[in-house]
Amino acid sequence: MGAIEANSLIKEFDGLRAVDDVSFKIEEGEIFGFLGPNGAGKTTTTRMITGVIRPDSGTATIEGVDVVQNPTAAKEKIGIAPEEANAYLDLTARGNMNLAGEIYGVPGRELRGKVDELLDIFGLLDRADSKVKGFSKGMKQRLILAMALINDPGILFLDEPTAGLDVESRRLIKDQVKKLNEVGKTIFLTTHDIAEADRLCDRVAVINRGNIAAIDSPEKLKATIRSTQSILVSFDSMNFEAADLETLKGVEELEKEGDKWRLYGPNPGEIIEEVVSFAKEEGLKILSLNTSGPSLEETFTHLTKN
Amino acid sequence: MYYPASLRKSIAIAKKDLRIYYGKGPVVIFGILLPFFFFFSFLIGREMPPLTLISGLGGMAIWFTATSISPIIAPMETRTRTLERLVSMPLSVTEMLIGDILASTVTGVVLSAIPISIIAVILNLNLVHFFPLALGIIVASFCFSAIGILLSALPTDTTSDVMMLALLIKFPLIFVSGVFIPASNLPGWGRIISRFSPLTYFVDLVRVSFGGSGQSWMNVGILTLFAVFFLFAAVFVHKRTLPKRL
Ligand SMILES: Nc1ncnc2c1ncn2[C@@H]1O[C@H](COP(=O)(O)OP(=O)(O)OP(=O)(O)O)[C@@H](O)[C@H]1O
Ligand SMILES: [Mg+2]
Repeated sequence: MGAIEANSLIKEFDGLRAVDDVSFKIEEGEIFGFLGPNGAGKTTTTRMITGVIRPDSGTATIEGVDVVQNPTAAKEKIGIAPEEANAYLDLTARGNMNLAGEIYGVPGRELRGKVDELLDIFGLLDRADSKVKGFSKGMKQRLILAMALINDPGILFLDEPTAGLDVESRRLIKDQVKKLNEVGKTIFLTTHDIAEADRLCDRVAVINRGNIAAIDSPEKLKATIRSTQSILVSFDSMNFEAADLETLKGVEELEKEGDKWRLYGPNPGEIIEEVVSFAKEEGLKILSLNTSGPSLEETFTHLTKN
Repeated sequence: MYYPASLRKSIAIAKKDLRIYYGKGPVVIFGILLPFFFFFSFLIGREMPPLTLISGLGGMAIWFTATSISPIIAPMETRTRTLERLVSMPLSVTEMLIGDILASTVTGVVLSAIPISIIAVILNLNLVHFFPLALGIIVASFCFSAIGILLSALPTDTTSDVMMLALLIKFPLIFVSGVFIPASNLPGWGRIISRFSPLTYFVDLVRVSFGGSGQSWMNVGILTLFAVFFLFAAVFVHKRTLPKRL
């Protein structure tokens, strides 16, 4: 039994298939990234799995509990930070937290301590008794996350939790996601920040036009497109024939990037050896040398073009 | 289904509603001032028996206060996107709507009990049936709140859409419910329509409670049936229209 399972989920809006036969299984303790271009069906899929909307067909389960058959029991196991939902602007941060706590059934004597603890973690404790009306976007988003954690859920759904936030808020949220995962929580993370997904996620799914295009670990996904491997090198002087670099064995293409040279080829190891002996022959000193594989972003672009 | 834990959730919703939506302009304007001005402008230059006066004013007060905010909670929550926040939590449509109805009921009870008491003192009326009236005020307030909630099932995020619909029902109902003219003085068709208006039974209850002739508990019983009916109707319709709001 996985922590989250989606089986052949389908949802249409006015004849348009927003989600077309989506299935996946997420194990307990995973950080699962859900990537896809705008309108791909990420939010619709998330809403179906979390019991906010009903799928036209297919099922979703949370720790084995069917979301459509038994929405309340399923929702009690999860915390959700929806993409576009808001806290109540006319309530204070604490008022919003208390509302969530009372609905989730957090016992009254624990609630106050719990609320203080969560507001503190998300840097909102000093504003606990201010109305949310006066909060910045980042503060509202942090409050939404704090509300999602009020019932200490084993599974968290975060739909673009860092969209539009500044560096500091983003880091705070990312650090929290990592910490929550370290204590065993399963995290379903929808994001447009592919570099972030690459760093955080155990596995990612790429969804495009309502279909899952690929599901795998970031490294394995990158390996599916090998063509764009390259090495980046810089020398202490520019005193050599640049064209000679291109004639080295295994180099398919050469590009100048500022004071550095990028050499493309299918086998970066071989190119490195060639570059080192070239430098010796020419009496050049290597200042820096890096290899870079395809980024997850390139894989993403490849999977989602047309 | 409504479980024991459901009441806790409904009360949380009701507290939220009372904090956010009540005590704002519309309650004061549509709930308190409007019915009073409306009623007194009708009164001017007319001789009205005290029982007709207190039952009419009491009926106006409870009808307008219980339906002042209840219809606009749903469109407001749609507009501000707090609805999705609520729907993501373990909260059923029934639990949410009962919470909204409870908040509105509390407002209706307070804002009708006060004017009824004041008028009773001014006119020096004797309260003959206390318990039926007290229970009747609670049940009627619940019933009218449920009507307000039912109207808000219109899947819109624009409060004025619902307000318009509510006004179309709120004013005509006043005229067939014995508020201005005793139901027994209405023409034949009017009397038939008045039987289908729950407000008729509340107005009659107030009249009987202060010594008029009639059956007080019978009115409470009929109001209870109406309350149950409108509660079920509201839940039934909202379950169908809620997905269109998300
Ligand atoms: N309530 C709705 N009514 C009509 N169409 C909808 C509704 N919700 C989503 N859609 C459509 O379904 C498709 C998928 O939308 P969805 O919000 O799931 O995309 P997304 O992947 O979350 O995009 P984004 O990255 O922009 O958040 C879109 O074409 C969208 O227009
Ligand atoms: Mg989305």
